[in-house]
Amino acid sequence: MRTPRKHFRQVVKYTPFHSRTVAANELNLWHRWRDYSVADAYFDVSLEYTALRNTCAVFDISPMTKHRITGPDALAFMNRLVTRDVAKIKPGRVGYAVWCDEQGQVVDDGTIFHLSPGVYRLCSQERQLDWLHTARLGFDVTVVEETEDVAALSLQGPTSCATLCALGLTGVETLTPFAMRSFVFGGTELMVSRTGFTGDLGYELWIDPDQAEALWDALFEAGTLYGIRPLGTHALDIARIEAGYIQAGVDFLPADHAIRADRTRSPFELDLAWLVDFSKPHFTGRRALLAEQSRGSRYRFVRLDVAGNKPATDAYVYDAKHRVVGAVTSAVWSPMSKASIALASVAMPHGAVGTPLWAEIYYQKELKWNRTNAECTVLAGPSYAPPRRKMTPAPLR
Amino acid sequence: MTKRIIIVGAGHNGLVCAAYLARAGREVLVLEANAQVGGAAVTRTFAPGYQVPAVAHLLYGFDPVIERELRLRQHGLTDAKSRGLTVALNPNGAPLVHDGRQVLSGLSHAEDRQAFADFMHKMRRLAVLLKCQHGRTPPQLTWASWRDAWPLVRLALQLRLLGRADMRELLRMITMPMHDVLEESFAGDLLKGALAVDAVLGTKLGPRSGNTVLNFLHRYTGASAPRVPVGGMGAVSESLASAARAAGAQIRLGARVAAINIESGRATGVTLASGEVIGASTVVSGADPKTTFEHLVGLQHLEAELARRIHHMRCEGTAAKLHVALRTLPQFTGVEVALVGERLLIAPSALYVDEAFNPAKYGEYSSDPILEISIPSIADPTLAPAGHHVLSAIVQYAPAQLTGGWEAQRAAFEARVLAVLERYAPEFGSHVVATELLTPVDLEAQFGLRGGHWHHGELTLDQYLTLRPVPGLGHYATPVQALYLCGAGCHPGGGVMGVAGRNAACVILQGGVS
Repeated sequence: MRTPRKHFRQVVKYTPFHSRTVAANELNLWHRWRDYSVADAYFDVSLEYTALRNTCAVFDISPMTKHRITGPDALAFMNRLVTRDVAKIKPGRVGYAVWCDEQGQVVDDGTIFHLSPGVYRLCSQERQLDWLHTARLGFDVTVVEETEDVAALSLQGPTSCATLCALGLTGVETLTPFAMRSFVFGGTELMVSRTGFTGDLGYELWIDPDQAEALWDALFEAGTLYGIRPLGTHALDIARIEAGYIQAGVDFLPADHAIRADRTRSPFELDLAWLVDFSKPHFTGRRALLAEQSRGSRYRFVRLDVAGNKPATDAYVYDAKHRVVGAVTSAVWSPMSKASIALASVAMPHGAVGTPLWAEIYYQKELKWNRTNAECTVLAGPSYAPPRRKMTPAPLR
Repeated sequence: MTKRIIIVGAGHNGLVCAAYLARAGREVLVLEANAQVGGAAVTRTFAPGYQVPAVAHLLYGFDPVIERELRLRQHGLTDAKSRGLTVALNPNGAPLVHDGRQVLSGLSHAEDRQAFADFMHKMRRLAVLLKCQHGRTPPQLTWASWRDAWPLVRLALQLRLLGRADMRELLRMITMPMHDVLEESFAGDLLKGALAVDAVLGTKLGPRSGNTVLNFLHRYTGASAPRVPVGGMGAVSESLASAARAAGAQIRLGARVAAINIESGRATGVTLASGEVIGASTVVSGADPKTTFEHLVGLQHLEAELARRIHHMRCEGTAAKLHVALRTLPQFTGVEVALVGERLLIAPSALYVDEAFNPAKYGEYSSDPILEISIPSIADPTLAPAGHHVLSAIVQYAPAQLTGGWEAQRAAFEARVLAVLERYAPEFGSHVVATELLTPVDLEAQFGLRGGHWHHGELTLDQYLTLRPVPGLGHYATPVQALYLCGAGCHPGGGVMGVAGRNAACVILQGGVS
């Protein structure tokens, strides 16, 4: 039994890296991520993004909701929770997963860390304690919220591996994508996983909060010659849209937040069919997803290449007959692909790869509103996926 | 692949379901853990030479349609001679006697005579609406076609067809505490106490709790007067078992189902406690919903939300059962001998019932409990040695989750109950040959009633009709393919009615109820 924390008395929370992020935040731009104060941008969004794609950049992911799941039924519990087969995520491996409600609608997405045999960490965007306690009934497992107990940084970009080597993490280049390994830092365990939210080579570092500031300092020192920069949410958002990654509350509405039934999305409707495994034991939403599979989905998730250079933010999406068939959920000008790109949800059967769609874009020029109908191409995959993200050993420069 | 249908539990609903399925030509195997059929509707020996109905002891709402369709009279069901009277014992004088329609004697306030007749007439009219829903699957709340919507539309129509005054009265009263309705209707304490018992018996509710009018109406959806079958309640089950066997169903006794086997989301049979595995194309559970899903199926085979709803279903029993073997017929003060065989109540006022309920809220038993007493050996002398008698009493409140546990307090509670009996029947104690107290914990252990709840779950609006036992399980079918429920945990609920068993059989046979 942990002692009461009275954390509810604190309206704004600060991550274990706060002293360092404050010092780095030249623009003094902040927003809230699950009550935590995190940086929108530190010095310049474009330059932070440039560092991410050309050298490396550090993003504070400590506010990520983290739960530890242990007990004899941990695997059975995880398998009943998420749609993919957790038995295939071996100890020392990480897996991306979504979990659904009984209607087969996505509650949240996140990553499962198989820390040691039968011990899992579930990381998610949304708070999940209530959902996990509901899902726990009938299983001999312990679910502990450990968001505050783990400090975490995401180090992403082409020189990320070289930076970690310079930090003294010998052999880190042999980590395969979605693998993790323990190192020692400052006398304590530093867990490193080859994971991230940028679609590039990158790592996430997990450590005791007491060592957080020391880790930040050492990392920036090690990365000095590798162009290391702090990364704010705005620059990260460009990267994740380029990588085609969805975000809860932006690209889909978590099912437990929805009041209207047609606002939620199933894994099939988020292009995540590869995460649904009907051959594994029962999972919440299985029956509804089987029914959807035979009946057909309502929506399709698409990645769009939008003509012109205007980001299609919040745009309606039209078909060839100028009927509204969907809407853009995320949009950005992609510096890497030199194109306006977007993520969108459209009604079936629209949005097959190669078919044309149009985005109705509103934009301002010197306070005057303009409108354009930009033709969109449905892409087969993400706009940006450099080969180095999968290379092992990881390139050192 | 086998075409066998396995029914878990030979309770009355399981037997009704088995009989209907077998009559339709299905291969039916009923598996019963105990050594006799009947579940909670059994007659059994509790002391050498003395038999009692072990749980339920009066037959209220047994469905006449089932009785007719299954020809239960030919299978041995007969009523003992009973006038179906309720005798509310009076600590200070003559008891109050009513037959569910009129007060026959013992009124303290003359104006209650007409008031009672009017009240019971109104309650019977309102109960008809609930009764109408019994032989049907409950309305669906979401629907794909007008055909699915029809049951809900029909319910609304039937409500309207009660007439303006009755519809208003039903909607006004349905969630009310019985206590408030009694206060606005009657003057006499003894009468109010007797009616309060009818509103709370078998529930963890007091007369001042909401939903007690609903419970009262539910009781009167059957007959206005209780029946006493020859041979006790076990005779009802025996006749059902006989009808089921005659139709071709097999019944295996002493076969405790330890698990319902699920493969790829489909029920494939059961595993017995002995380890024996029996395959089936369909499994029907007569066990209560919590036992079925938490113990037999396993919550991991359900969606997380449904598992939560089942986990939170309310089913804490508060009714214990006391059986007393007597060497002679007890003399209740002021009660003429001709009335001793009727239904006797110890609940001298609504306040008494409410005060009996208070400790139950905090995990304690009532020091002055309410009793519903039946002496079945008067109508059926075969239950006891010549000249001797057996007394069967439902004793409330005795909460299952007693603080400190029942083992340490059972003797003290039994002594309290006997002291209460002594108050109404002086020298009662000197006639006692043997006693048996079944607390809700014993009822759970011996009859598989989760929480010791007689009705497989509290009968309140949130666990009623489509919402019974929980949202998502209201239509006998379950999300697990080929697994059905047929027990009292389903619509229309508890009491020895058999309707849930019949409805379940109809769903299994036709995908709908006729």
